[in-house]
Amino acid sequence: MSPLVTELRAAAGRENVLSAPSELAVYDCDGLTIERQPPRAVVLPGSTRQVAAVIRVCQRQGVPVVPRGAGTSLAGGCVPLGEAVVLALSRMNKVLSIDLRNRMAVVEAGVANLQLARALSGTGFHFAPDPSSQAASTIGGNTATNAGGPHTLKYGVTVNHVLGVEVVLSNGSIVQFGPVGDPAGLDLIGLLVGSEGTLGIVTKVWVRLMPNPQDFHTLRAIFADVADASNAVSQIIAAGIIPAAMELMDQGILAVVEEAFHFGFPTDAGAILILEVDGPRAGLDRQQQRIVELCRQFGAREVLQASTAPQRELLWKCRKLAVAATGRLSPSYLIEDGVVPRSRLPQIIDRIAEIGRRHQIRIVNVAHAGDGNVHPILLFDERDRQQVDRALAAGREVLEECIACGGSVTAEHGIGIEKIALMGRLFAPADLEAMRRVRQAFDPSLRLNPGKLIPPRGLSPLDRGHPQ
Amino acid sequence: MQGNGFHNAKLFTAVNPAATIDYALFQRCVHCGLCTSSCPTYTELGDENDSPRGRIQLMRMVADGHPLSDRMRRHLELCLDCRACETACPSGVRYGRLIEPFRLAVEQADQRGEARYDWFREIVLFRLFPYADRMRRLLLPVRLMQRLGWYEMAERLGLFRVIPGRLGRMAPLLPSRLQTAPRLPKFLPAVGRKRARVAFFVGCVADAVFRPTHWATLRVLQQNGCDVFIPPEQGCCGAIHFHSGDNRGARRMADANLVAFELDRYDAIVVNHAGCGAMMKEYGLHWQDGLQPHRAKFAAKVKDINEFLDNLGMVPPAGRIEAVATYHDACHLAHAQAITEAPRRLLSLIPGLELRELPESGICCGSAGVYNLNQAEMSDRLAQRKVENILSTGARIVLASNAGCLLQIQRELRRRKLPLFVMHPMDLLDLSYESKRPWRG
Repeated sequence: MSPLVTELRAAAGRENVLSAPSELAVYDCDGLTIERQPPRAVVLPGSTRQVAAVIRVCQRQGVPVVPRGAGTSLAGGCVPLGEAVVLALSRMNKVLSIDLRNRMAVVEAGVANLQLARALSGTGFHFAPDPSSQAASTIGGNTATNAGGPHTLKYGVTVNHVLGVEVVLSNGSIVQFGPVGDPAGLDLIGLLVGSEGTLGIVTKVWVRLMPNPQDFHTLRAIFADVADASNAVSQIIAAGIIPAAMELMDQGILAVVEEAFHFGFPTDAGAILILEVDGPRAGLDRQQQRIVELCRQFGAREVLQASTAPQRELLWKCRKLAVAATGRLSPSYLIEDGVVPRSRLPQIIDRIAEIGRRHQIRIVNVAHAGDGNVHPILLFDERDRQQVDRALAAGREVLEECIACGGSVTAEHGIGIEKIALMGRLFAPADLEAMRRVRQAFDPSLRLNPGKLIPPRGLSPLDRGHPQ
Repeated sequence: MQGNGFHNAKLFTAVNPAATIDYALFQRCVHCGLCTSSCPTYTELGDENDSPRGRIQLMRMVADGHPLSDRMRRHLELCLDCRACETACPSGVRYGRLIEPFRLAVEQADQRGEARYDWFREIVLFRLFPYADRMRRLLLPVRLMQRLGWYEMAERLGLFRVIPGRLGRMAPLLPSRLQTAPRLPKFLPAVGRKRARVAFFVGCVADAVFRPTHWATLRVLQQNGCDVFIPPEQGCCGAIHFHSGDNRGARRMADANLVAFELDRYDAIVVNHAGCGAMMKEYGLHWQDGLQPHRAKFAAKVKDINEFLDNLGMVPPAGRIEAVATYHDACHLAHAQAITEAPRRLLSLIPGLELRELPESGICCGSAGVYNLNQAEMSDRLAQRKVENILSTGARIVLASNAGCLLQIQRELRRRKLPLFVMHPMDLLDLSYESKRPWRG
């Protein structure tokens, strides 16, 4: 047994360390299956103190550490580059307290988003970020990637809902930022959220609880094409309405969703929108009416309200599980996370189709249309090297196109490995240098999730995230 | 593949246990990980090797030529085959069709490789369990001991703990008072207007231990206008053999049932325990030979009792039952047969009954066929988790539509000396149909 494993066992307990090659293989990637590398060991700590002890061991041994929640991330953020040790927080999965008077809950990092939602059911409060992976993804992972979800259109992303964090720093010390309502001084919580495990390992999170809306209406609108649907979206926002969610699915994804969940979508529709308005009951009908008018004005052939709770749940299930349902179409997918100004949605969807045709890669789309956040899903077979290369090239072009439209390459999935080379397109060299310095202040030896989020000096935007 | 320290590598140089699995079934999995939180063993252990996504990766590695190590094998054996992951999977991965043939092949390779004789499997599982009459004769002394109060005393004194291994685990699984009921007849007529002709599937362990539930089910069917036929030649569904790696034995059982039921005479073959129902609904999938079309036709007629009554439109029972109850989703009903709403709808028709939703209802109770005998530690952990969830509802009555779950839950409740009623939904419905005055639980 290697000295590293022996020390890890001493630090975290024998039963919390995996070191057999076949067991390590299972931790070689996240939801981005084209980037794989097995870790040197996996540690499943049961407490913050064990996390700290593991970090100290890794520092002594000079081994990188990569945090992992449920491994549902989509940009390779928890791939253990450089034969790292994976620190999986899945055993730290307790909801520690729910404090309704202060509208706050305290959870360990490994608590699944949906687990928290269940713990809150019946209290009249909820945690607002609802990423599509919420059934499995953890609050720690949501924090690391600053996750979003359909309802972030109105309620904001994870950073708006984290009041405090407990973090293990790269030297093994345990610190706590927050919980505070309005931080004085530097906003270190804002810095930590979305840092993808490069500044410290978040072990505990104080989250904001939002009161449930008094009522909500969920609508679906059917359009002949994507352009009409996107124009309706822009117009609704322009009219001063902020729906709780505005989601778009194109024809390609609709067919899959219909096969998987039998909702009854017309498969000849060019696009559908799922719209939700919520808030005080008074005024909701008025908002809904206005939305229906605007949808019709842009050619919606049908706008219907989900009239029962099960129907609404099924509608959301269709949207949230749409991406993962594409396994019905192809063995692998690459999902991009581009952002464009809302008004440019029709243009980007057109360009995506063109890019797909040129690279002979089938692409279907879902979008948080209200945010201008589009998720093209590129379908391929990972065992065919050429297809993988074509998919990667097409994905890269899609993101370049988003930047050209005045947008960005990620809204909620994070940078991970997949988009690290594109950071040079988004930021000037001086900006990136400033980020490197911040990172170095937290982690001088760069052992926390190296090769992610912030590109090393000299990485060209044309490079892949890391050498194959 | 040899000489690299993998203990069992020698067994699989000739036969890859994933050889019979269609590779496209692996490719359905896009590695999204949404299944993980539905998996009982991952929820308990937090190790992705014990999650559906991880296990698929392990099996796929073997399919790709990686030898099956002891550790991999342990993770695969720890799977309950509860198929909660199938319910969770957006891509429609048919996990059962991966793990079942895989484990079957491993089991068969074991037998070829070292001819290890497993007396428990050969005698208890294959020669005793599937035969209700043999079971009943064996349970006769137990019943006598229970009547005399000796059984309880033996349990209190911890005498069962000296019985080694799986037999020792079986003793406390038995209900504390095995009830007797008369032998089932060949036919029972509908009460009132005739609405359907059905055949009733009796099964093996279910008949030996839960015959009163069978009677309750039959009475409920009669109350709902069903002529009920109970073909006496029928036998075990074959699930015990199938899930313990005896494919041929399972097919023999299945084919005996094909002969016993004259399909064209019935609108449906009604079954009241989920494990048997799930097995019989898959008769058409497991064996590709000349009888396959006939098995598929049989499978199409099989209906779970909850599903059947819900489709038929159940006559509302009149007897009030003033009690709080909670319903546990048996894996073989919720995940293997996708039936979750029907039993809840039926139970909600009982006047006075308050049905409270059970947290984590779809997480396995740890019974899982003979899993509770083979994987004692995980089984106990899941039983405890289930009972904690049950207690959180404040219910006095726990309902489940499967023999294994009923035994497992009542064992854990009795271990904690908790006086809750554990029943099949049909027991409670029957009580409501039959009762003359309100019953308070």
